[in-house]
Amino acid sequence: MAMEFPVIAKLLEGRFPQAVKGAVTDKGDPWIEVSPGGIVEVLAFLKEEGGLEFDLLLMVTGVDRPDGEGGGEIEVVYHLASTTQGGELVLKVRLPREKPLCPTVTGVHPGALWHERETYDMLGVEFTGHPDLRRILCPEDWVGHPLRKDYEYPEEYGGISAK
Amino acid sequence: MEGFETFDAAGTEGVTDVRTQEMFINMGPQHPSTHGVLRVLLKADGEVIAAARPYVGYIHRCAEKIGEVLPLEQFTPYTDRYDYLSAMNNNLGYCLAVEKLCGIEVPERAQYIRVIVAELNRIASHLVAFGTYGLDLGAFTPFCYAFRDREWILSLFERLCGARLTYNYVCIGGVRHDLPEGFAEGTRNFCDHMEKTWKEYDTLLTRNPIFLQRTAGIGVVSPGEARAWGFTGPCLRGSGVAYDLRRARPYLVYDKLDFEIPTGKGEAGVQGDCWDRYYVRMLEILESIKIVRQCLDVLPGGEVRAKVSKALKAPEKEVYLGVENPRGELGHYIVGDGKKAAYRMRVRGPSFANLTILGKLLEGAMIADAVAIIGSLDIVLGEVDR
Amino acid sequence: MTALLGNAGGLFAPWAGGSWIGWIFFALVAGGIAFSIIGGLAYILVWAERRGAGRIQHRRGPNRVGPWGLLQSLADTLKLLSKEDLIPKAADSILFVLAPAVVMASALGCFTALPFSRDGVAADMPLGVYLIMAMLAFSVIGVVMAGWASNNKWSVLGAMREAAQMIAYEIPLGLLVLSAVVWYGSLNLGVMAEKQAGGWLNVGHWFVFRNPVFAIPGFIVFFVSILAMTKRLPFDLPEGESELVAGFMTEYSGMRWSFFFMEEYGAMFITSAVAVLIFLGGWNLPFVPGEWLTGSFLGQLVAAGVMFGKSLALVLVMIWIRWTWPRLRVDQVTALCYKYLTPLAFVCLLGTCLWKYAFGM
Repeated sequence: MAMEFPVIAKLLEGRFPQAVKGAVTDKGDPWIEVSPGGIVEVLAFLKEEGGLEFDLLLMVTGVDRPDGEGGGEIEVVYHLASTTQGGELVLKVRLPREKPLCPTVTGVHPGALWHERETYDMLGVEFTGHPDLRRILCPEDWVGHPLRKDYEYPEEYGGISAK
Repeated sequence: MEGFETFDAAGTEGVTDVRTQEMFINMGPQHPSTHGVLRVLLKADGEVIAAARPYVGYIHRCAEKIGEVLPLEQFTPYTDRYDYLSAMNNNLGYCLAVEKLCGIEVPERAQYIRVIVAELNRIASHLVAFGTYGLDLGAFTPFCYAFRDREWILSLFERLCGARLTYNYVCIGGVRHDLPEGFAEGTRNFCDHMEKTWKEYDTLLTRNPIFLQRTAGIGVVSPGEARAWGFTGPCLRGSGVAYDLRRARPYLVYDKLDFEIPTGKGEAGVQGDCWDRYYVRMLEILESIKIVRQCLDVLPGGEVRAKVSKALKAPEKEVYLGVENPRGELGHYIVGDGKKAAYRMRVRGPSFANLTILGKLLEGAMIADAVAIIGSLDIVLGEVDR
Repeated sequence: MTALLGNAGGLFAPWAGGSWIGWIFFALVAGGIAFSIIGGLAYILVWAERRGAGRIQHRRGPNRVGPWGLLQSLADTLKLLSKEDLIPKAADSILFVLAPAVVMASALGCFTALPFSRDGVAADMPLGVYLIMAMLAFSVIGVVMAGWASNNKWSVLGAMREAAQMIAYEIPLGLLVLSAVVWYGSLNLGVMAEKQAGGWLNVGHWFVFRNPVFAIPGFIVFFVSILAMTKRLPFDLPEGESELVAGFMTEYSGMRWSFFFMEEYGAMFITSAVAVLIFLGGWNLPFVPGEWLTGSFLGQLVAAGVMFGKSLALVLVMIWIRWTWPRLRVDQVTALCYKYLTPLAFVCLLGTCLWKYAFGM
């Protein structure tokens, strides 16, 4: 049976004291915050460890929070599931909004390839080490990151006016 | 060619006597077999693909940005349009996520009706998958038969909510209105008919030697690879992993219903090949018929829609909820901040994740196999691009 | 043909084989007749295909234009004639224009040696079946020209597939024709049909019944080879509708495209006619004495009707197969032809020789 969230949180905090920043349980689905430097090893641990076996990375997504302290943050959210144990888990990485750099997790979960490209495209998060970081949904020469809260719609594209 | 710096070739090292030239072929956005506007740039040495690079985004309609602007209850029609072949399931996924976020309870009759329409839509979607797969491989007749049966489902839906493809019927709190007269009987007749014609389809395509030659052993995805690359749905089950959200994290009344989870066993070739994925969909049609019949038998009376406040506000919480769509796990990640519209509306389209592996899977295949592989992944570009 | 026409009144006798003007005139008339035969055949076969396809797919097929949709092909022809003649800018225009002509010429040329009755043949030449095989092989050049000249990578792929397919199916086809030649001792198709007269009910001497052990598998291999030759499903990858849009024909529109189409149906008919002549008794009908069919004028007319009927029946089987099965990949086609059909064809050839040596015809 799937492990309960508090058990997983405690296990991770014990195992990765520097990487794991804490758990939040009072805003809907609980999540564990991880530092950018430690996300890869945490994910690898969660994938391999018996009893956890979070082998399915459902998606990598981003949320823009321009109103946080220090010029705002972008949260990169990882949703995991286990096909064998049936559990679910959410991890978050908080990045400074000016220069959001996050290491890629495609080494652990190759399926993150396109999810990270979409997060880059929509929010401007750069995933270091990503084999092919290009825009995926917007055209290659698009300017700006559409899902940012301060995104300005372009006035014209390819000779077509948007007004 | 700009953008191709990291696109390295495979396959011609070691061949020193014959000099062949590789050509770039565009399996363009307009192509009879790419199931939508998918562009795959192929580097082909004759018929063999040395490398493939898919391009998506041609039908990106900014659903997520719109979700940050529109109030929650007005966003439902947009959900119909990601995977337009399984619109009921999309509506369902979104409404369940919002109900989880806002803490709304759905009456029992509505839950059963939701299951019925979701499963009928699953049958319709799998019929399209079956028909178009035959069409891609050159067998035109299964396409006509599948669409003939799908017409029956679509006319049932038209009787139910007035629309044939994008329904907007499942809404926050339940369903929009009750089942009309004759719907239950029509559905039962359809189920009986479908069971008989399923055997026809099985004879026509499943064991056909040419079909087997084209799909068995092609596009093999091992169970480990399937999980690593984020497969869900029939693609994952075709590789042998028995993971179905209706069993793993049951929603609605699926925990009270009796149905099997078909998985691929490599009967025709290798486990996880195109044939397995195709056959899993065929078997799922039968399972959905079982579910629909059970629901019709025990359909309780009562309300079909909970009272939802007209000024529904998304609380300052975030939720993720995944449902089992015909193509995989459709997930909605909704972040609320106390306003009428969501702060962040992220949609996880299963076809987006299933398509990630395409570049790798096409390497070494022949161009004819590319068509078979893309067809077996059963993607809908509306869901890939949203 | 000259003999038949000569029998009918000697009208054309002074023109044929005389002055060169007469020769040209005669060639034009004969060409016109051959072209209208192909046109008429294409008309009927397209109608049959569309109605047959409709029936198999649980729908009706064309039924608006004319009774039972019979005028549909006419409407389509008129539409195609009135289309703009498009040649892609970057296409090799000479080859682009020549390709349909080459392909059409090969189909038309086969009619010179194809007998519909003992004298109902344009040129009763001793090399009949050899000429037909050669003309049919010639059409592949037209296909490759079309694919190359279109300046379209998908067309080139279609052309390459046709070239690969051709090399694959020609071998079993040739071997089976060879076994027929061994059996009958002649390359003349009319002689082959004649030799199948007589026997029990005028059916017993048909190749498939006279030598069933080797002729029935031979007929099946022959039929599969002609499916490959005419690019019909399951061998329609040069045209591969769902992969290559229209393969080598992609850039063609209007009348040029309809030439390819007419050639396809013409070749279907010609190859079916050859199969009928070699294996299925030619123009021989059960219960009807063979001498009457090759003797009197009325008999020869009936013979021509029988030939048409039998060939059309085989074409209907081709149509049936097209709408039932998926298509094979090109390497599967070559594997099928080399690994299965060719050895079978060799066995048939050997068996026919031995049978003839042991039992006679």
